[in-house]
Amino acid sequence: MPKITYISHKGEKKTLNIEKGLTVMEGAVQNNVPGIDADCGGSMACATCHVYVSEKWFNKLPKAEDGEVDMIDMAYEPKKNSRLSCQLIITEELDGLEVTTPEKQS
Amino acid sequence: MINVDVIIIGAGPVGIFAVHQLGIKGLKAVVIDNLDKAGGQCIELYPEKPIYDIPAVPECTGEELTVRLLEQIKPFKTEFILNERVEEVKESNNNWEIKTSANKKFKAPNIIIAGGVGSFEPRKLSLKEAEKFEEKSVFYSVKNKEDFKNKNLSIFGGGDSALDWALELSKFSKVTLIHRRDEFRGAPHTLEEIKKLQSKGKLSIKTPCQLVSIEGDDTIKSISIKYDDGKIEKIQTDFILSFFGLIMKLGPIAEWGLNMDKKTINVNPENFETNKKGIFAAGDICNYPGKLKLILSGFHEVALASVECFKRARPNEKYRFEFTTSSKTIQDRLGKK
Repeated sequence: MPKITYISHKGEKKTLNIEKGLTVMEGAVQNNVPGIDADCGGSMACATCHVYVSEKWFNKLPKAEDGEVDMIDMAYEPKKNSRLSCQLIITEELDGLEVTTPEKQS
Repeated sequence: MINVDVIIIGAGPVGIFAVHQLGIKGLKAVVIDNLDKAGGQCIELYPEKPIYDIPAVPECTGEELTVRLLEQIKPFKTEFILNERVEEVKESNNNWEIKTSANKKFKAPNIIIAGGVGSFEPRKLSLKEAEKFEEKSVFYSVKNKEDFKNKNLSIFGGGDSALDWALELSKFSKVTLIHRRDEFRGAPHTLEEIKKLQSKGKLSIKTPCQLVSIEGDDTIKSISIKYDDGKIEKIQTDFILSFFGLIMKLGPIAEWGLNMDKKTINVNPENFETNKKGIFAAGDICNYPGKLKLILSGFHEVALASVECFKRARPNEKYRFEFTTSSKTIQDRLGKK
């Protein structure tokens, strides 16, 4: 199973094996990783599963669709490397992915 | 104090359908929601997105679903209390009394909480100092546009609300529209109008940049924004208007003594009652083994909860299960001849 590392805004790391096909958001919620709220449950409607992706990984991710980019406008402190973790589906290629959660989600 | 049989908290699809299930049993409900219209997440988050898993409706948008549900409950002439949040819930002689943010009071033997993920509130600016200017120089909605006449306005956001207000307020004020990226997302017509105003020098657009500081004592004098390339610009500003959509906050529900699991309320899946007799939870906000956050699950949940509500509201009557196809009583209540 691919390993995904969730890093808190304070720098605390948690690496988990997450089943392929799940989203980075689901991986966090199912394993009680703090910092990802996912209020809308993954329908790309709330921007509370917002994460920052390091440059190395950001370019390997499938590009965000318009709806996601629009939603990121609403996120707490969006940056150039912002993504919604509900839209990041875990594959073998993403083994080792690191995401950082913002200070808060709303 | 107004007496009803059931107080429904939340006017989303599940709250609306609760009115139906209670109504066909002859129970009177009132619905309270913090938004300015019924529909909940369906209307606020995805009015135009199609939903494909409503039984017998192959495809409909969030807005269409809301319109149809409201049509379905018309016969019950239910009062909707909008723009108000339920702040307090207290017990009184086997009944529940609630108070809204506008101090309206209701009393009922039953409460159904169909509150989704909580009430919608505007997403605030992340800059800490914005807080002390709130409702003085920083606003998250426009109640009366006259308040913003002949002023320097800095409007933040890239969606429809930001664009619409930039357009409207630029008629009589100096508007600067600020957004974190170059693309705006709004109706094509609005975007065109904005571009026109910009080229005429009647509105200025600053992108890609974000707010970094606010200068002023009691009221705002100016703001500073930072471009992606690091450049900082000061803009003379009387009012900040910020439109970053809405977020959902659980709010006071967490303080009503209900057994909670994170942001959800634990219920008995036989009748969707919480640990408090007469308080029920349904839809996304309830939690029980196997819970699915689907609209259709919420419909089932309020159908069962309505039976228990009947028993509490009509303790001297026997509950009779009836079909809408064959029950004269139900058909009367629906106004069918």
